[in-house]
Amino acid sequence: MKRTTIVISILAALSMLLAACGPTPTQAAPTSEPAPSEGQEPEPVATEFPRNETLYVSGAAWGPASTWNPFQPGSLANTTGTIGFVYEFLFDFDPLTGEFIPWLAESGDWADDTTYEVTLRSGLAWSDGQPLTAADVKFTAELGQKYAALWFAPLWTNTGLTAVEAADDTHVTFTFSDPLYQEWGNYLYNLPIVPKHLWENRTEEEITTGANEKPVGSGAYMYLDNAEDRNIWARNENWWGINVFGKPAPKYIVDIRTSSNNIALGMVLKGELDLSNNFLPGVATLADQGYVKTYFAKAPYMLSANTAVLFLNTTLKPMDDAAFRRALAFAIDVPSIVNVAYAQLVKAASPTGLLPSLSKFDDKAVLAELGYKFDTAKAKQMLADAGYADVDNDGFVEAPDGSKIELEVTCPNGWTDWMAAIDIIASSAQEAGINIKAAYPDYGAWNTALQGGTFHMTLNNWAGMSNTPWTLYNLLFRHPIQEQMQSGNFGRYDNQDLFDLVDALAKVPVTDEAGMKAACSAIQEMMLTDMPMIPLWYNGLWSQYSTSTWNNWPDENAANPTLPTTWSGYWQMGGLMTLINLAPAE
Amino acid sequence: MKRYFGRKILIYLLTFFLAVTIDWMIPRFMPGDPVRNMLTRVSVNTNASAIQMMYDYYSHLFGLDMPLWQQYLSFWKSLFMGELGISVYLFPTPVKDVLLRAIPYDAFLLVPSILLSWYAGNKFGAFAARSKWLDNTISPLSYILTATPYMWLGILLAWFFGIVLGIFPIAGAYSFTMRPNLSWNFIGSVFHHWFLPFASLFLVGFGGWAIGMRNMIIYELEADYSHFLGALGAPKKLVRKYAFSNAVLPQITGLALQLGVIVAGALVTEVVFSYPGIGYLLLAAIQNQDYFLIQGCFLFIIIGVLLANFIIDIAYILVDPRTRRGMTGETA
Repeated sequence: MKRTTIVISILAALSMLLAACGPTPTQAAPTSEPAPSEGQEPEPVATEFPRNETLYVSGAAWGPASTWNPFQPGSLANTTGTIGFVYEFLFDFDPLTGEFIPWLAESGDWADDTTYEVTLRSGLAWSDGQPLTAADVKFTAELGQKYAALWFAPLWTNTGLTAVEAADDTHVTFTFSDPLYQEWGNYLYNLPIVPKHLWENRTEEEITTGANEKPVGSGAYMYLDNAEDRNIWARNENWWGINVFGKPAPKYIVDIRTSSNNIALGMVLKGELDLSNNFLPGVATLADQGYVKTYFAKAPYMLSANTAVLFLNTTLKPMDDAAFRRALAFAIDVPSIVNVAYAQLVKAASPTGLLPSLSKFDDKAVLAELGYKFDTAKAKQMLADAGYADVDNDGFVEAPDGSKIELEVTCPNGWTDWMAAIDIIASSAQEAGINIKAAYPDYGAWNTALQGGTFHMTLNNWAGMSNTPWTLYNLLFRHPIQEQMQSGNFGRYDNQDLFDLVDALAKVPVTDEAGMKAACSAIQEMMLTDMPMIPLWYNGLWSQYSTSTWNNWPDENAANPTLPTTWSGYWQMGGLMTLINLAPAE
Repeated sequence: MKRYFGRKILIYLLTFFLAVTIDWMIPRFMPGDPVRNMLTRVSVNTNASAIQMMYDYYSHLFGLDMPLWQQYLSFWKSLFMGELGISVYLFPTPVKDVLLRAIPYDAFLLVPSILLSWYAGNKFGAFAARSKWLDNTISPLSYILTATPYMWLGILLAWFFGIVLGIFPIAGAYSFTMRPNLSWNFIGSVFHHWFLPFASLFLVGFGGWAIGMRNMIIYELEADYSHFLGALGAPKKLVRKYAFSNAVLPQITGLALQLGVIVAGALVTEVVFSYPGIGYLLLAAIQNQDYFLIQGCFLFIIIGVLLANFIIDIAYILVDPRTRRGMTGETA
């Protein structure tokens, strides 16, 4: 074989390798031609973002951006801002004050028991210049009627909506039969309104699962660019809300995805990141030393975002015994979870499970009578009273029928804060004589056990900040009990009386605070008597910020504090107002 | 020649088939359900009853409602049509698009670090052998380097050069203040961000190759032909040149063997430096049980390693006359 042929074959092979590897190391520049269906391109911008006009954030995206479809909810999209920046809602909701803030709507109210009337603001517009009218609202709501795979389809099948009418450009009427008022309140600030003129000709697949690249919305920021590790948003200079709410201070927002939390920490310390919404253990020390700012200057540093609840599998012995469950509630060392596992970044939860922002619905009398707190001696006493005794002298109690108790408390592997917490749960329960061991299955296995009901006890925190206590109780007492419990009541606690109370709460009008309180009291009394699950602590709205470039962050001393967060689903709960209130640092 | 390549290609095809089959199987052995995991990331705020509907919808969409053997067959079928499915984790992006966006970063990191560390390591190892001063200083250092896990070295580099000295960035492929464009500023930024991840891969590789080469050279210098050549009065430089030619052969084989390890190292490095590429994607895909993305990432690794091995096979023919003769039926 001649040498030249060999050389040629090597070159050929090399070129194959290079072809496989791709031509350039850099991300291809975004195409400059506008998508025909999606209206105009934002004005051309400089290739570099001036530091004093740009806000760098992280902690919302966990992977490359994948979709700008506002109907792909939650953290699925990795594009914080699609919902809230680009697409807006009839109302915003301030969880700190509990107030609905008219957003696209100028006003909205129940005209009678089954009719909800909305008046839109005048002068609303999409970023392509088209007016935003009542027809868009009607169109959006009716999508849920047409397509069952959309997350808000239950608006029609469950909440009781029967018709949406647009009387003129600014008046929409929602007609219900037997409405769930509490849930409807939640839709008001969670259902993003999409433009009818761009969406009406889309197929079902495009609407339910399409990626909706280059989204056109009505909001304060517009999509500018994205790459593997970032999403970039540019301020909408023609936003209708500038006259109403003010102009958001940052012209550009660069949302950075870091591969781990400690990188976010490094970037905050270097001043490259203005706001980090990552969970950073030990941030308390950094806040005390003045390296970063947090909402509270002292413990718990963070606002409370959701409740970590210990679900007990009530279909298994001994968790089917209310006396055992109550004893367990007293046995768990929550103060250590707060001080050791979280180094003071969280707060112990109210036994009702309701977040501090909903604490007005806590029934103090019920709490005084039935509340629980860490008390090993009392837990031991309660166990003894209920017939649990250490028969075989192994240091752990046996069930009244003499059978051994060996339980496992679980959380997903790698969730270090929860792993530390369940270690404490297990060790403090052992102190009280209950043999509980901690186990950390892989996330997939954990999730399968959670939903399939094959766990003993496990942590879950799927109810976040909300306008209504019903959100939490809907998670805790989800019914009916099914083979797969995918969205709540994982311990399969079956108590029709309590379910009826939760359903009754759902039907209390949101304006009837006394009625809501009464309904909550009844639920809390039954819940704390029976203790089917144990609320333990509040996970924080992790947030640490640097004042090197931007000032006027919300904190406990602010006159009208808003939420310092970029998480999905929080822009309409004050996240955007935080941006509007920011001011450049001197 | 034909027989040689025929046999080689057959072996490569068989390896490919087995590797891809394992690649398909492993994720499916993991406990759990990707669609359920995906839907838990949907905010379940109020609309829980929608979840069963969505579950059925997405299971069907991903083809996960079919029996396993059918999933396997349709996997090969779509693979031959160049389709890798839709990512669950990055729904609704096709896996192919996810990989095409990520792979350039891997190539940009891997190709230079593998080739340069191999070249420089060998050159340096040959140079250091039998030089007392270098042998006593650099060789121990090489041992330390090659025994260092990529991740640990990466963290040290990031901490020292990124945080303490602050001269290199600790995250991203280019500055977060920029959009890609053709300017010196941007190209500079790309190399600035590339340097530390590259250096961590380069250093570990360099240490290994240098030690290997040093030992090989010493061995070859002790061989009869070296002594003979020396006795004939050949200059030391010439003797070393011959020794190098012989010593480099096992190093080429070593490169082929090491490729898989290096690729794995690159994945870890990408996570440490928050550098885009398939490293972080693969990690996230596994955590989210994204069957299709896991398959895609491993497919890239399998193809890359096989292709590189194939190239090394060819290179062997070029550098080792014995292989060439054996192949064409000549006798030495």
